[in-house]
Amino acid sequence: MTNHWRDIRNADLVMINGANPAEAHPVGFQWMLRAKLERGAKMIHVDPRFTRTSAVADKHLRIRVGTDVAYFGGLINYVLQNDLIHREYVQYATNAGLVVKDGYSFTDGLFNGYDPQKRAYDPTKWAYETGPDGFATVNIDHPRSVLNLMRAHYSRYTPDMVERITGIPQDQFLQVAQMVGEMGRPDKVMTIVYAVGLTHHTTGVQLIRSGAVLQLLLGNMGRPGGGMNAERGHANIQGNTDHAISWDILPGYLKVPAPGQRTIADYVTQSASKQLLPNSLNFFGANYRKFMVSLLKTWYGDAATAANEFAFDYLPKPQANASWLSIHDQALQGKMEGLMLSGMTATSIGPDSNQVLQALSKLKWLVVMDPFATTSSEFWRAPGMDASKIQTEVFMLPATHWIEKDGSFVNSGRWSQWKDQVLPPQGQSRHDHWILADLFARVRALYQQQGGKFPAPILDLTLPYQNPRQPDLDELAQEINGKDLTSGQRLSTFANLKDDGSTTAGDWIYTGSYPPSGNLAKRRDGVQDPAKNDPTGMGFYPNWAWSWPLNRRVLYNRASADTAGRPWDPARPGISWDPVGKKWVGDVPDYPPTADPANPASPLPFIMTGEGTGRLFSNGVIDGPFPEHYEPVESPIDNPLHPTVSATPVAFLYDKNAGRANRFGTSADYPYIATSYRLTEHEHYVTQNIPHLMQLQPEPFVEVPAELAKEKGIQTGDKVRVSSKRGKLEVRAVVTKRLGPLTVGDDKKKVYQIGIPIHWGFVGINTGQHWLANALTPFVGDANARTPEFKAFLVNIEKM
Amino acid sequence: MEVTRREFLGMSAGAGALGLSPLGFTLAKATHVMRNLRIEGATLSHSVCPYCAVGCALVAYTSKSANGDVKLLQIEGDPDSPVNEGRLCPKGASALQLAVSTRRVSSPLYRAPGATEWKQVSWDFTLDKLAANIKASRDRTFVTTDANGNVVNRCEGIAFAGGAAFSSEEGYFATKVMRSFGMVYLEQQARV
Repeated sequence: MTNHWRDIRNADLVMINGANPAEAHPVGFQWMLRAKLERGAKMIHVDPRFTRTSAVADKHLRIRVGTDVAYFGGLINYVLQNDLIHREYVQYATNAGLVVKDGYSFTDGLFNGYDPQKRAYDPTKWAYETGPDGFATVNIDHPRSVLNLMRAHYSRYTPDMVERITGIPQDQFLQVAQMVGEMGRPDKVMTIVYAVGLTHHTTGVQLIRSGAVLQLLLGNMGRPGGGMNAERGHANIQGNTDHAISWDILPGYLKVPAPGQRTIADYVTQSASKQLLPNSLNFFGANYRKFMVSLLKTWYGDAATAANEFAFDYLPKPQANASWLSIHDQALQGKMEGLMLSGMTATSIGPDSNQVLQALSKLKWLVVMDPFATTSSEFWRAPGMDASKIQTEVFMLPATHWIEKDGSFVNSGRWSQWKDQVLPPQGQSRHDHWILADLFARVRALYQQQGGKFPAPILDLTLPYQNPRQPDLDELAQEINGKDLTSGQRLSTFANLKDDGSTTAGDWIYTGSYPPSGNLAKRRDGVQDPAKNDPTGMGFYPNWAWSWPLNRRVLYNRASADTAGRPWDPARPGISWDPVGKKWVGDVPDYPPTADPANPASPLPFIMTGEGTGRLFSNGVIDGPFPEHYEPVESPIDNPLHPTVSATPVAFLYDKNAGRANRFGTSADYPYIATSYRLTEHEHYVTQNIPHLMQLQPEPFVEVPAELAKEKGIQTGDKVRVSSKRGKLEVRAVVTKRLGPLTVGDDKKKVYQIGIPIHWGFVGINTGQHWLANALTPFVGDANARTPEFKAFLVNIEKM
Repeated sequence: MEVTRREFLGMSAGAGALGLSPLGFTLAKATHVMRNLRIEGATLSHSVCPYCAVGCALVAYTSKSANGDVKLLQIEGDPDSPVNEGRLCPKGASALQLAVSTRRVSSPLYRAPGATEWKQVSWDFTLDKLAANIKASRDRTFVTTDANGNVVNRCEGIAFAGGAAFSSEEGYFATKVMRSFGMVYLEQQARV
């Protein structure tokens, strides 16, 4: 989230897309309801299903899955055509006026720079025109200004086109467009709330970008009650993304180094953003080296010196994508020997669980660290598997639960909240990090005794803990924060990090979370005393826990005030310039704290980008500088915008590239759209072990639209078989009007969407009667993030 | 006066804010007495809900018996939290059943290639065997220099995935260790 849960209360319009917070994030949903109840906010829910969220929304738009780019595109076109954008904000805080280099084009579904052999673009072709000073040319009236290119790009997204793609009737769309258009007024603000209903698509990144572009045009980024707010689905998915358990990043969103980079200078040149305008602070890019050197110093200590580039060679440099789908693809190809799973079950998660089972069967060894048995620890005896033929060596290591250890969880709103160890570990279970520390010590001993491939990073890794086999999480929290090696003092801000090896920081965005005064994630000044603990009245609660970076509660908050530093809406200030005190007040400013807005040399508002502004146009993504609607890989219709380039031209096709048989179906065999989701009573798969929750939602089902059920003679409670090209599910049907038919495409095709809750498997309290929902989902992901397309695929349904 | 369960719950929810319920007496007081009976003499600890990422703050009550065993008595929403103000969903409200369960795996288990059953083993057995596996796979699949002569120092044959359910500091430690093994295949629940 750019903002945080409680802040949603500050919105005038709550737009919820691809999410069902009333059921999936019920307690977070109170802030949307309170916006409605306490300040008369309106709520719009755009989702294929009518859910409990829709039930309390002012407007529910039923949308065909995977078409939100077109929906947002229609809104962007509407606000541009009707001059409803927040002009002053757009000119000050976005790249609307920058001129794009000659050669930019978009024809028949393809941007310039496309290589059909590689199925890839060259994003460097989407650059700005630069002047003799090397900075981007600014001229908003230029035919190739970002704003003018945008107008042309989005002019195709008419209400009629939106209807043809999304299935949302024009009159309903226009009602919502009018509500959204009002949010471009400086005294109005909209929040966009989304979840994996937007991300789980082959166009997932561009779906999110579409929302962000709309928010920039309306002047809603950086403002209380505004922003792009992702509801994340696991307790600490945010914290461990920040700490980079992800192939493409190092802690604090530093890029992972690439082959060919021999020095830190090479790395910084290729990884950090460059200053593109004279007044751009380019804070991240300008300080990249400091953050990287401080990380290397943290990990490799005395072995990291200026003379050896701070042991930059110790960091692995991947050649190709190494994310979730790639792990299983490599296993299928026999190239992956071992897989370690900690609190994650590959089999249930999928996608294409049957293929994942084959992948696991080809491993030499698999280790599962979990408190409970999972569909991965038990994969070798899954229904249909012959254990005697599976050569994978499997280890099940009992791990502790959250309540048996301390440490922090970081919520969707970036609040790092410390928790106590309440209970001792049950039975023989051990903490995940103690298991890893012990394993590491044993591997290190083997390298010490036997030698082996490049042992240096293993031998030199710092383990400055009282017991290196059992580090305290408090010790690790201090290491993450970092310190000044000269004084030995912990640092209070990443502004004090150095690039000469004299500072450490395990994750620079957490520097300041554990200053000399103590661990700020433990702070508890909450709603017990609002007058004292929420001094601005904006719900920031600055002394409750700690929020990265630097305890800032709303990211990009410089954009919450106008060029003179006055809040766009004085009733809802983020930060404002205090001309007497000569400093910014309110939230922790996302800006130099004493930079006077009257000074023409003061930096542009978005200090983290090279432009110094928000990006309506960007070459930071690999599938187009503007979002464009592409059909899901499995779709019932051709793309009405450009039928010859129907699905995204840049998604990586794993099966095809590896020479495996095609596993995508067509609407001739699989005529119905399906989507997957969670229920209130379950969280992924772990809740299959919780008696109360299994009593509340005991068995799997699919939701079937009433009209389709009538056609097929299906009644609630009937057993049905839902099948895709990849697998099948045999469960009971719930016939419902919550899923209505849609009319889409140029020939007004009637399409049905089927809903599939994901939670059940062959392990848990209620087992043995069903198969995994993700047996149906396709093994393909977003071009940028490789996030699988869990939310849009084709199936058939039959009564059994 | 007939009160349905739903109405009753609605009243008690309102009582939290207003102090007085539509029934004409203070439910908060009754709730307080009931809670005190259950948690009398208990130790209060702070936690955070282990399920979704709203980050509802929890309070947990434990008691210690004479033999030193710690018993978890109750988990409830933390009324001080600006995130949840004491509220919990069905999952958070049943967190006690996640914390304490007879379904937990009781010891390390091992399945040899081709075996049809688990074998109970010791921690030392699994960790020694795994350490040997990691070293063997790492040494077999480690690439020091790629085809273009670039130093890449990566291990291509081992992957690690996980971490959306453990503490941040554990996640940081996992990254630190895995990168030092040279691993490039790293994933957690963010994508899936």
